[in-house]
Amino acid sequence: MSAPPPSYRLLGRSIPYVEGPLKVTGRAEYTDDIQRPGMLVGRLLRSPWPHARLTSIDVRAARALPGVYAVLTGERYPTPFGVLPITHDETAIAVGKARYIGDIIAAVAAQDEATAEAALSLVRAEVEPLPEYSDPRMGVGKVSDPIHARGLMGSNIQKEVVQHFGDVDAVFAHAAFTARVRGTFAGVTHAFTEPLATVAEATPDGRLTVWSATQVPHYLHRSLSEVLGIPMHRIRVIKPEVGGGFGGKSDPLPHEIVCAALALETGRPVKILVDREDVFYTNHGRHPTQNDVRIAASADGTLLAYDIEALIDGGAWSSFGTVTTYYNGVLAMGPYRVPNFRYKGRRVYTTKPPSGAMRAHGGTNVRYSVEVALDMLAEQMGTDPFDLRARNALPPNSKTVNEFRITSTSFLKCLAAAREKSGWNERFRRLPYGRGLGLGCGFYISGSNSPIHFSPKMPQSTVHLKVDMDGGIAVHSMQADIGQGSNTLLAAIVAEVLGVDLERVHVQRVDSDVSPVDLGSYSSRVTFMMGNAARAAAEQLKARLIAAAAELLGLRAEELEVAQERIERSGHPETGVTFLEALHKAMETEGALVASGSFQTGPMGGSFKGARAGTAPSYSFAAYVADVEVDVETGEYRVRKVWAAFDCGRPLNRLAVEGQIQGSIHMGLGQVLGESMNYRGSRLFNPSLLEYKIPMPQQMPEVEILLVGDDDPEGPFGAKEAGEGPLIATLPAVGNALYDAVGVRFTELPITPDRVLRGIDQRVKEGRPWKGA
Amino acid sequence: MLSRGPLRFQLNGHPAELRCEPSRILLDLLREDLHLTGTKRGCDLGTCGCCTVLVDGRPTLSCLTLARLVEGRSVDTIEGLSPAQGLSPVQRAFVEHGATQCGFCTPGFVVTATALLNAHPHPSRDEIERAISGNLCRCTGYTKIVEAIQAVAKEP
Repeated sequence: MSAPPPSYRLLGRSIPYVEGPLKVTGRAEYTDDIQRPGMLVGRLLRSPWPHARLTSIDVRAARALPGVYAVLTGERYPTPFGVLPITHDETAIAVGKARYIGDIIAAVAAQDEATAEAALSLVRAEVEPLPEYSDPRMGVGKVSDPIHARGLMGSNIQKEVVQHFGDVDAVFAHAAFTARVRGTFAGVTHAFTEPLATVAEATPDGRLTVWSATQVPHYLHRSLSEVLGIPMHRIRVIKPEVGGGFGGKSDPLPHEIVCAALALETGRPVKILVDREDVFYTNHGRHPTQNDVRIAASADGTLLAYDIEALIDGGAWSSFGTVTTYYNGVLAMGPYRVPNFRYKGRRVYTTKPPSGAMRAHGGTNVRYSVEVALDMLAEQMGTDPFDLRARNALPPNSKTVNEFRITSTSFLKCLAAAREKSGWNERFRRLPYGRGLGLGCGFYISGSNSPIHFSPKMPQSTVHLKVDMDGGIAVHSMQADIGQGSNTLLAAIVAEVLGVDLERVHVQRVDSDVSPVDLGSYSSRVTFMMGNAARAAAEQLKARLIAAAAELLGLRAEELEVAQERIERSGHPETGVTFLEALHKAMETEGALVASGSFQTGPMGGSFKGARAGTAPSYSFAAYVADVEVDVETGEYRVRKVWAAFDCGRPLNRLAVEGQIQGSIHMGLGQVLGESMNYRGSRLFNPSLLEYKIPMPQQMPEVEILLVGDDDPEGPFGAKEAGEGPLIATLPAVGNALYDAVGVRFTELPITPDRVLRGIDQRVKEGRPWKGA
Repeated sequence: MLSRGPLRFQLNGHPAELRCEPSRILLDLLREDLHLTGTKRGCDLGTCGCCTVLVDGRPTLSCLTLARLVEGRSVDTIEGLSPAQGLSPVQRAFVEHGATQCGFCTPGFVVTATALLNAHPHPSRDEIERAISGNLCRCTGYTKIVEAIQAVAKEP
C-alpha cells in the first residue's frame, strides 16, 4: 500500500491569476503599449512574389525622403538564423531572393507611420521570377530552382525521417485485422489576439534593449546576438505581457531582429507593430499535412504494428521543421503499446508562409488518423472502441518500442471516467440518425527533454528568489507567462513551500539582465521544469528560515514546520515565530536572503538517429468523448458536449488547468469546424480574422472536465503538463462522433458542411447503411 | 459635424477638448495621442473587438470609428470603467472566474459585458453569447468569460 498523496494549503485549489487585476483594468503592459522618447516607427516591405531572385533593390529615393532615418536591405545583416541550430536558413531580411509572398525584402525607420509607408512605396525592386512550388509534391524530386540550397539532393525536401522498429511488413502480411486512414489536413494558424510587436533601443553605453512579444526570450536573445554580432551580455531582452502565443511567438522572428537592427542604425528607439494581415503571412502555424496511417492488430485485439507516412508542407523556412518531421511519426507511440513501428516522414519547403510549432505541435494530425483507424479497427472486430484502447494501454513505468520512458500514466482512469460520464454504453451506436458519440484519445510530452540551444548539462530552468526586510519575495525566472498562468503557478509554489500569503510573492517581469535562464514557453515544459526549479529555490529559503526560527525558539530545526505565515513546533502550534521574525533573525548574518533553484532532466532516449525527438520527463494522457448533432440537410453540425478526461498528474491550479482544457478544445475544434489557411497556388487568400474562421462563443460545446491523474513521481508536487495535450483528443473525438452520427469517415480537415454533405451523398450512392454495424 | 475646430467630447466622465484631424481614427486618438493604452489594437479591421469602447453607452469598435464622430458624445474606455480603487463588479468576476488568460482581449470583453449588464441586468446565456460574439478570445474558449458575466448577472 502506498501512502495517500499529500494535500497542500494552496496548490490544487483554484488560484485566480496574480496579474488578473492588471489585465481587467487595461493596466497590463504589452509591447505595443511601450512608448520611448523619440521613438521611430519601423515598417517592413514584403515580397509580392512567391519566389523570385532579387536582382536589385534601389532604396535611394526612400532614404532621401524627409523624416526617414534608415532603410535596410538584406545585405546589411545577412547572418542566417533559425530556432534550431542545425537549420539556420532564415535571414532578417531576404538576401538574394524572396521565398514567399510576405517575405521581408526591405525595412524602414521613420518619424511616423505615414512617412514610413511613403518610404516603402519608393523602394524599387527588380526581380527575376523563379518557379513557384506551392505544393510539397512538387518538391520531392530534383527541382530546377530549389527554394534553399540545403534541400535534400537538389529537391525541396528540408528533412526526411525514416525509422523502423521490428518488422512491420511481416506483421501486416499475417495480421487478422488492419485499418488504413489517409488524412489530409489544411494548415491552421495560432491567431493570438495580440499582433506581433517589438520595441528596440540602442543606448550610448553600448547596450541594446529589446522588448518583444515572445514566448522564448532566451532564444530571441541568442538570435539577436548571432545576427547582429553583439555579445549576449550587451543585449537586454525584456518580455512584457504577451497576448497569447500558442507556438507562434516561439521562433525568433525576423521582425524582431529587424527592429533591433533599425535601432542600431538610427540610434533611436524603434517600434515595429506587425499588422494583422502580416501576422498571417508570418504564420509558423500547424503544417498542412498529408498522412497515411496503417494499423495492424491480432485476432484478440492486440495492436501489432503502425506503418505511418507523412508529407509535410513546410513553407519557406525550416523553423521547428526537423522536430515537426519526427513528431509526426513518434508522437503516435502513445498512449498504446505498439511493438512494431515504421515511419517515413518528409517535410518539404514550399513557396508559402512558413509553418512551425503550434499548440500540440506535431502530435495533432497523426493522432487524428491513428484514432480514426482505431475506431475502424474496433468496428471490424466487433469490439467497443474503449475496450480496444484499454486492452492496449501503455502501463506505468514502461518503455515504448522507440524507447520513450513512460513513468506515470492514468490513461486507464481517463478511459473509465469518459466512458461512464458520457453514458457511452447506453448511447454509442444507439442514437438516432444525425446524432453521434465518438471517442478520441491522446498523449503529449510534458516538456521536451532536449534543450534546443545549449548543452544538456546546463539546467533547463533556474529560479531566483530574493527576500529583504520588507518581507516581500521577489521571484526571477525567464519562464514566459503568455497567459497560461505560469506566473501564478510560480508564485503559488513559492508561497506553498514557505507557508506565506500569495500576496507576499512578486514574480518579476522577464528581463535577461536579472532573470536566470529558463527556456521559455514551448513544448509544454513550464509547469514541470520551472515548477521543480521554483520548489528547489523555495526549499533553500525555507531551510534558512527554519534554522533562524530554531535559534529564536531554542529548538532543533527538525522539530519545526511552516504554517500560515508562521514557523511552528510540529504538533505544538502555540510555540512558534512569525515569518517576519524568522526572516529578520536570518538576515542578521547575511542580509537579504537569496536562493537559486534549478532543474534539468536526465539523459533519455535510445542511441539511434533521432532518438531524442519526443523524449520527455513525463507525458500527459487524454480520453475525450464528443457528442455531435448533424443537420443532414445542410451538413452543418454542432458539438453539443465534450467529456474531457485528462491526466495532468496533480492539477496545481484548477482554474488554469480548466482554462487550458477549455481553450484547447476550442482551438482543436477550430481545426475541425472550419479553420484553414486557404491558398490558391502560393497566395494566402484569407489573411484576416474575418475570413479565417475561429469558432464563435455559440459554437463552443459544454465541456465536462474530468481530472483523474495520479501524482507524477518527478513532476513538481505531482504535476504534468496541461497546455497542449488537451487539444489533441478533441479532433478525433469529433471525427469519430460524426461517423456514429451519419456513417461517414471524414479524413480531410476541416470537416466543413459541404464535405459532410458530400460524404453523406457518397455513402448513400454506395448503398452503405449509416450505422456501420 | 466634421468641423475643423477642436474636438469636444466627454472622455471617461470628463470634458475633453483637443485638436484632431478629420481622418483621425478614434483608436489612434486614444492610444497614440492620449496614451489610453488599455484599449487594444488587435486587427484594425473591426474583426476582433479588442478595441471596443463605449460611445454614449453602446459598445463601439474604436478602430472603425472616425474620432470626429464622437463630437459632443460621451466615450468610456476601460480606464473609465475602472474605479480609482479596486475593481468593478464585472472586473472582479473576470478575475475570480479566471476569465482572463493572456488578457489582450480582456478590456474589450469587460467593456462589452459592462454595456450588456447596464442595459440588461439579467441576461440569458444566449443573450450573453450574442453580446460577446463580436469579441474574439483565443485562449479561454469563452467558457469562463460567460461564467463571469453570468455571475454578475446573478448578483442582486
